[in-house]
Amino acid sequence: MLKNRLIPCLLLRNGLIVQSKQFKRWQVLGNPTTAVRRLSVWASDELIYLDISPDAVYDLKRDDLNHPNRGSLAEIIRDVAKYCFMPLTFGGGIRTIEDIRVRLGAGADKVSLNTQAVLTPTFVTEAAETFGSQCVVLSIDAAINGENRHEVKIQRGKEWTGLDPVEWAVEGERRGAGEILLNSIDRDGAMKGFDIGLIRRVVEAVSIPVIAIGGAGKWEDLAAALSEGRASAVSAANIFHYTEQSVLNAKKYLFSQGFNVRDPKLLEDKFRDKSSVHDPTLAWTDKRKCIG
Amino acid sequence: MNRLIGIVDYGSGNVTSVVNAFEALGFSARLSRDWAELKESTHIVLPGVGAFGAGMDRLKGLDLIEKLEREVLEKGKPFLGICLGHQMLATLGLEFGEHEGLNWIQGRVEKIDTGRSQLRLPHIGWNHARVLQPEPLYRHMTESPCFYYVHSYHLVPEDPSWTSAVCDYGVMLTASIQKQNIFGVQFHPEKSQPEGLQLLKNFAELA
Repeated sequence: MLKNRLIPCLLLRNGLIVQSKQFKRWQVLGNPTTAVRRLSVWASDELIYLDISPDAVYDLKRDDLNHPNRGSLAEIIRDVAKYCFMPLTFGGGIRTIEDIRVRLGAGADKVSLNTQAVLTPTFVTEAAETFGSQCVVLSIDAAINGENRHEVKIQRGKEWTGLDPVEWAVEGERRGAGEILLNSIDRDGAMKGFDIGLIRRVVEAVSIPVIAIGGAGKWEDLAAALSEGRASAVSAANIFHYTEQSVLNAKKYLFSQGFNVRDPKLLEDKFRDKSSVHDPTLAWTDKRKCIG
Repeated sequence: MNRLIGIVDYGSGNVTSVVNAFEALGFSARLSRDWAELKESTHIVLPGVGAFGAGMDRLKGLDLIEKLEREVLEKGKPFLGICLGHQMLATLGLEFGEHEGLNWIQGRVEKIDTGRSQLRLPHIGWNHARVLQPEPLYRHMTESPCFYYVHSYHLVPEDPSWTSAVCDYGVMLTASIQKQNIFGVQFHPEKSQPEGLQLLKNFAELA
């Protein structure tokens, strides 16, 4: 049967990987491709890359460490795709069918749509009809409004829309989205756990897979999003950045708790037994090459 | 032996990642629709995502079919079809009407039957393959390696002995086929991390 997925998420802001807190504060973590190499060590099932740049400036601000500077998002995607032997979703700033074509052409397997989908809901349908539902992810940023209800926000969390996230997810599915990426702005970077109630309501309302993101502070939180929230996949950003082999450890925890995830033992064996696969990408585990 | 993996570029998506995967494994790979270039390769890969009929039309439009047949069926060059490239090996495809395939593997490409299981289509995500014929593609792997799938149809060969692995999605799907030098995989090895790369390596090492 299909596996539950564990999906590290990387946030890109003007060319650099950042950590985000409630969509308002960002801490720079490093260069877009070294972070991919570090997180791509085999326990991840997919990778989500969200471009949260307020403008189209992509400057790595460094020419050292053999990392050439990159002037466009397509160049960054091409670099990332070279090291990413798993499905890659790219989101952020997508406004047109051409924007999608550029990202898929550079090596993304799926795109996530957010603000433009709310502004022009037919865009979701057009994207699905052009490229297939399997590569259209509807990204929903929800927050609790003044009336203590969940409401969808757009423009990187700056604008309220009046939309109910559950209703919007249902409409997104009807319009052709293949998956929902459900984020909670209040939980973003708070490490206090996912908004399980909201996840569960969205999961029960749609028949497409829901990826839960926003709030993971410990491995148990990931488990809760799968078991209580019934999400098909869990994603997180901050929690994976600061510890060694964090994705593998998260995977081991979920596997030990009986979740239907890929067996981390096999992944770890491959990861260690460098002779079995001629794989230069395993050099990523060399810490000297992980300076980012 | 100087290996060169020729990857047929017939305008289908997701081909760059196939090139990236072979290059990361240390093999030379060339993406091309120019027969002069493809003919020089020692191995041929037909990748692909999309609908059966449209894929066949593009192959015909590039006038590649007879040339591929000469290299693969007559000269016996190792050939790997991936996803749509695997499905197009069949005699007939039933997606959006009936379409003739390459007929290198006699059989039909049918919609996955989810009538009893009520499972969703497309079948997207990581799933185990149950390996029936470990040699040569599944060398150095467990009996049930995990691969990444995206599809709603699968190839049902006339001769079940051509099926080299199956996958459980309510019904048993054809995960891969092999017949002499012709191989096809329904999943995406280029997106399936170590076991996917191992499979591509096993293919590229075929003499």
